Amino acid sequence: MFGRLTWDAIPFNEPIPLVTSAVLIIVIVGVLGIITKNGWWPYLWREWITSVDHKRIGGMYVLLGLIMLLRGFSDAIMMRSQQAIAVGDNAGYLPPDHYDQIFSAHGTIMIFFVAMPLVVGLMNFVVPLQLGVRDVAVPVLNSVSFWLTASGALLINASLMIGNFSRAGWMGYPPLSELAFSPDVGVDYYLWSLQISGLGTLLAGINMVTTILKLRAPGMIYFRMPVFCWTALAANMLIIAAFPILTATFVMLLLDRYVGMHFFTNTGGGNAMMYVNLFWAWGHPEVYILILPAFGVFSEVIATFSGKPLFGYRSMVLATLAICVLSFMVWLHHFFTMGAGADVNAFFGIMSMIIAVPTGVKVFNWLFTLFRGTVRFETPVLWSIGFMITFVIGGMTGVLLAVPPVDFVVHNSEFLVAHFHNVIIGGVVFGAMAGYNYWFPKAFGFTLDERLGKASFWCWLVGFYLAFMPLYVLGLMGMPRRLEHIADPSWQPLLLVAELGAIVIMAGIFLQIAQLYVSIRTREQRRDLTGDPWNGRTLEWATSSPPPPYNFAVMPQVTTIDAFWEMKQSGRTAAAPDYEPIEVPRNSATGFLTAFFAVITGFSAIWHIWWLVIIGLLAAAVTAMAFGWTDDREAEISAAELARMERARPSVGLSP
Amino acid sequence: MKDRLQEFPGPSRRSAADKPPSRGHSGFPRWLVIAAALLVASCRQAGIMDPQGPVGAAEWLLMINATEIMLVVVVPVILMTLWFAWWYRSSNARANHTPDWSYQGSMEFVVWSIPALVVILLGGVTWISAHQLDPKAPLDAQVKPLRVDVVSLDWKWLFIYPEQRVAAVNELVVPAGTPVAFRLTSATVMDSFFVPQLGSQIYTMPGMTTHLNLMADNPGDYPGLSSQFSGDGFSDMRFMVKAVSAADFDGWIAQVRNSGSALDDRGYADLAKPSSNVPPATYRSVDMKLFDRIVDQTELDAKAGAGD
Repeated sequence: MFGRLTWDAIPFNEPIPLVTSAVLIIVIVGVLGIITKNGWWPYLWREWITSVDHKRIGGMYVLLGLIMLLRGFSDAIMMRSQQAIAVGDNAGYLPPDHYDQIFSAHGTIMIFFVAMPLVVGLMNFVVPLQLGVRDVAVPVLNSVSFWLTASGALLINASLMIGNFSRAGWMGYPPLSELAFSPDVGVDYYLWSLQISGLGTLLAGINMVTTILKLRAPGMIYFRMPVFCWTALAANMLIIAAFPILTATFVMLLLDRYVGMHFFTNTGGGNAMMYVNLFWAWGHPEVYILILPAFGVFSEVIATFSGKPLFGYRSMVLATLAICVLSFMVWLHHFFTMGAGADVNAFFGIMSMIIAVPTGVKVFNWLFTLFRGTVRFETPVLWSIGFMITFVIGGMTGVLLAVPPVDFVVHNSEFLVAHFHNVIIGGVVFGAMAGYNYWFPKAFGFTLDERLGKASFWCWLVGFYLAFMPLYVLGLMGMPRRLEHIADPSWQPLLLVAELGAIVIMAGIFLQIAQLYVSIRTREQRRDLTGDPWNGRTLEWATSSPPPPYNFAVMPQVTTIDAFWEMKQSGRTAAAPDYEPIEVPRNSATGFLTAFFAVITGFSAIWHIWWLVIIGLLAAAVTAMAFGWTDDREAEISAAELARMERARPSVGLSP
Repeated sequence: MKDRLQEFPGPSRRSAADKPPSRGHSGFPRWLVIAAALLVASCRQAGIMDPQGPVGAAEWLLMINATEIMLVVVVPVILMTLWFAWWYRSSNARANHTPDWSYQGSMEFVVWSIPALVVILLGGVTWISAHQLDPKAPLDAQVKPLRVDVVSLDWKWLFIYPEQRVAAVNELVVPAGTPVAFRLTSATVMDSFFVPQLGSQIYTMPGMTTHLNLMADNPGDYPGLSSQFSGDGFSDMRFMVKAVSAADFDGWIAQVRNSGSALDDRGYADLAKPSSNVPPATYRSVDMKLFDRIVDQTELDAKAGAGD
């Protein structure tokens, strides 16, 4: 009846997951209780859960990313603590069986459920506003995408309470992830949660590319698009090209595990290196899916707060597209130590270095944007400057790793761990935080507390250097990654420094939570009534904060790059507002319901409850079809109604 | 609150100035000094920073050279970032602000040229070094290389000496100054064979053979490990490389041949069972086809007793 699911799946005899699960359940029940008691359900259902507004969906993506950051960070600090104490005869507090799940979950969650939701959320919120349009191309699909991502996150966290997570690392390399070596449900949790969220990401990518190619304000030719839109276009084209590879690879591993096929097994002619190749054919573009939008954020932030247009706009666009193409030609550098031969290794090493050229161009262009600017040190600028300094160090160690013989001695070491945290924290996370502080007032109509924001930045920056610079040294001392206990006591002092760094980062995270809390409590004093709190340059600042559901009552006319800046300079506003009726998409529960059934399907597939798999799939299909047969998908705001709504809003930006 | 903030710097500055500088407890706390000293001491030359063979030495030198080439650009970029951000701050009236300057052809040319030149230089270094330090390439030496076949098991290392017809677990004895030509495979999941002080690591993969050439210049003990995560016993998958003189090596071989058990199919089947923290052991003889049979994934148990 319930497949492999029995009471044994609940970790009654393992105190750490049991207590964590219990606390989580209490918190969730508490939150749901508060919502019920205050009668917030109708509001949440109407304004958020069934909303197809790109701004709301973008906000939910970012919230998901921030909540999952807490989960991923808990894993991180547990690993750091284990490595700091489990030296010599001390076994530490985590057995290998548990420790291996923690580092596998840490990587999986940080990439798929923290970094991805943060950048996808920012793109979702910002791109339509910057393009001067009213929503993404297919709003309901956008909601489906988000809820599928959230489903994946839910499933992966369910593994904490029911069963266990994968012990095969976040890359899930076979043959370790095959049934022969990982017979329990851990790898299935990994595969199904990533398949479901991956589908959501692919749909989001298609939606975003369509939006950028097909919906732009009148006059916004490609070479007038803000650089963030360019980076979003490149990142989403990469999503469309790369995510199907991951899905197909996981399908093959699922077939191996569920029906005894031999794609990657040791026996029957399987070849695990096929998986490794395919995984990184997705994995390397994925790195750029994450970092390109972050580059876009820095381009916007640095230009805005320097009071100058971005230096070398065309160079920036060219560099972005070059990275987009090159990112597909470097995947082999993740396994130079496979023994592929000198020609192959040298080719991929040089290709990897060539990516450093457009990346270097970007750094120089940011530098010359600051040059002779009027730099205002608000929180987003601190994140950006912290990024520029940190990222060039990470880029340098990255180029080092691209030299095959150097990689031979630091591959799979703590040096590698330090490198990719250097670029992912220093690049993607700093970018997401810059974007979060920069666009928060646009999304919610009030600014975030500067003092706490800056304090959080300093904790993150100092914590990052304390946590990861020692790992570079440890890698040079010969320490491999993923050690559950450490034999060489001379590594311990540096591991203690890294632990201290993790604690400082934790302080940064708490300060961010405090920043949000304090800002919400004092929101009445920090209202942004202008719609343009930073003296911005692009169209998202031309509408009110928060923007109305339709973003722009009158479509902006674009004549140049930095369209809003030009409007402010020339004093050009819409002469006599000539309102026309606007079609806005109606709310739809399709996304939420599809995702609900996807969770049921995924969960029952993990536990081999086949009848429930069929019910889940059927229900999801019926939900989609039901939406397909609906005709009444849009509501019209009449011209008179629009005029009334516009008069009610504060007069900002493009408003007359 | 505001008043307190304004008052605070006054007295504290004064008291700092009044204090005699020699007073010990006013400086860094003692534990901080000790911690810092420990930290510096722990960063001693070790691992790949202390190479003990030609491969490791060349790779460490390459790493230093490549780093220096890049630092020529990276350090100025970091300094310029800090300088530009600080000098062009909005409150600096002395700075020259040009709020519309966003393009200059010559600058764009420089911007593309600098990283391109660095990459052309490093690309050349990469091409040459990737060929010179190819793990498959035999090392330059007057001596005939010693052949060793390596098998990664859950969670230990099996070293087969095909020419000497002996085998060892978790201990690799080699003559110093003699190149060692490794063939490697895995009887289980992927691992990576790595002796940091000798240089290049390489994957061991089931059903596949990789090749690696290393040499220890001087006698000594060099720790080795698996750097590719392979399951619960991964952390203990360590072994010791003992580089000894040629005479000591011959002595060791003779001693191994006269002690311990033979690694037959039954012995291998026992060895292949998952276990960790296995103490070093030697085998006086070994089936010469064992390595190939592991690579071919021929069922070893089925063949037991059938002969070859």
